[in-house]
Amino acid sequence: MKETMLKSAVCGMALLALPLTASAQEAELVINGEIEVTTEAPAADHMDYIRTVRSGWTFRTGETQALQMDDFDNPGMLYVEQAMSVWNTAEGEAGESCASCHGAPEDMADVRPTLPKWNEEAGEVWTAEMYINDCRENRMQAEAWDWNSQPMRNMTALLSSVSRGMPIDVQIDGPARETWELGKEIYYTRYGQLELSCANCHEDNYDNLIRADHLSQGQSNGFPTYRLKNANIVSLHNRFRGCIRDTRGEPFALGSPEFIALELYVASRGLGLDVEGPAVRN
Amino acid sequence: MAENVTPRVRVPRDASAGEVITIKTLISHPMESGQRRDGDGNQIPRSIINRFTCDFNGENVLDATFEPAISTNPFLEFQATVPESGTFVFTWYDDDGSVYTEEKEIAVS
Repeated sequence: MKETMLKSAVCGMALLALPLTASAQEAELVINGEIEVTTEAPAADHMDYIRTVRSGWTFRTGETQALQMDDFDNPGMLYVEQAMSVWNTAEGEAGESCASCHGAPEDMADVRPTLPKWNEEAGEVWTAEMYINDCRENRMQAEAWDWNSQPMRNMTALLSSVSRGMPIDVQIDGPARETWELGKEIYYTRYGQLELSCANCHEDNYDNLIRADHLSQGQSNGFPTYRLKNANIVSLHNRFRGCIRDTRGEPFALGSPEFIALELYVASRGLGLDVEGPAVRN
Repeated sequence: MAENVTPRVRVPRDASAGEVITIKTLISHPMESGQRRDGDGNQIPRSIINRFTCDFNGENVLDATFEPAISTNPFLEFQATVPESGTFVFTWYDDDGSVYTEEKEIAVS
């Protein structure tokens, strides 16, 4: 009895969801009238259960989608601007700024699509946050930023903004494979009192309604994301934490090896899509 | 005292006479409502942009009063008719007495 009720409820949601997203899917994402972003693509070979990967942008309403199509309208770009001034400001005992080594942020455009990636020297997979803090501590001799601090989120948003429209290009073979496998295991592990894995929502039920909102595929190409709910830039690990919290589980810590592995695996699920961050989402 | 307040405006560079153009403005500002309390329970004093004006060649186009419920980084989009070439002047008035202005030229053919 219970099972049939659940099934009919799920069917009902699927029917409801169709007309709402149909128009949104046809739209194309072009930012500032020049940066064309792929929001729908055939899934990578390693994806067993999804044929087409879709950016979170395709699940949003026209109004929210429009916010991302113009930098003036995208509130996330305010934080990118803040990071721009930090980029050019010397800090720390070495008297260096980001710009003194790296030049313009645009010169770093090929970085974000490849992250997170294997760092040979450190012998582990590194995310943007780790590279930034390595620069700050060792080259600038400045204080490291907290993973979820405002300047860190701003700087990752800046790095992402210069790569918009470039295809996700994470390496999952070679030395990063072990981390990727761990990430995959976490993705399919049920957590919390509700016993939900990432896949239960973002693979089995994307496009269905979760309360009043559409579940997306949980792609990370738009991160760091401007969330209207937070009125601020939200880091990927913070989003992971929110998801696990919603399963009534005990989340891993931001920057933990588990979340770094999950970040790599989720990024690889987005192979075929383009970088969008800072995207605008609910 | 609000920090990092930066006004931004987008006005088309040119238009034809009598055309209705769309103007977008945004000022980065915390817009502290005065209703919130800090960790120690003290009220955080109100600090908002309380008025915005737009003038074109000395003539007032828009004069708006902002209230505390208006969000952080207030974004305002409106339309204006441009009869001739000239300059738009945008002015934001802060609770702390600061006045921020921005000017944009438009050429009408």
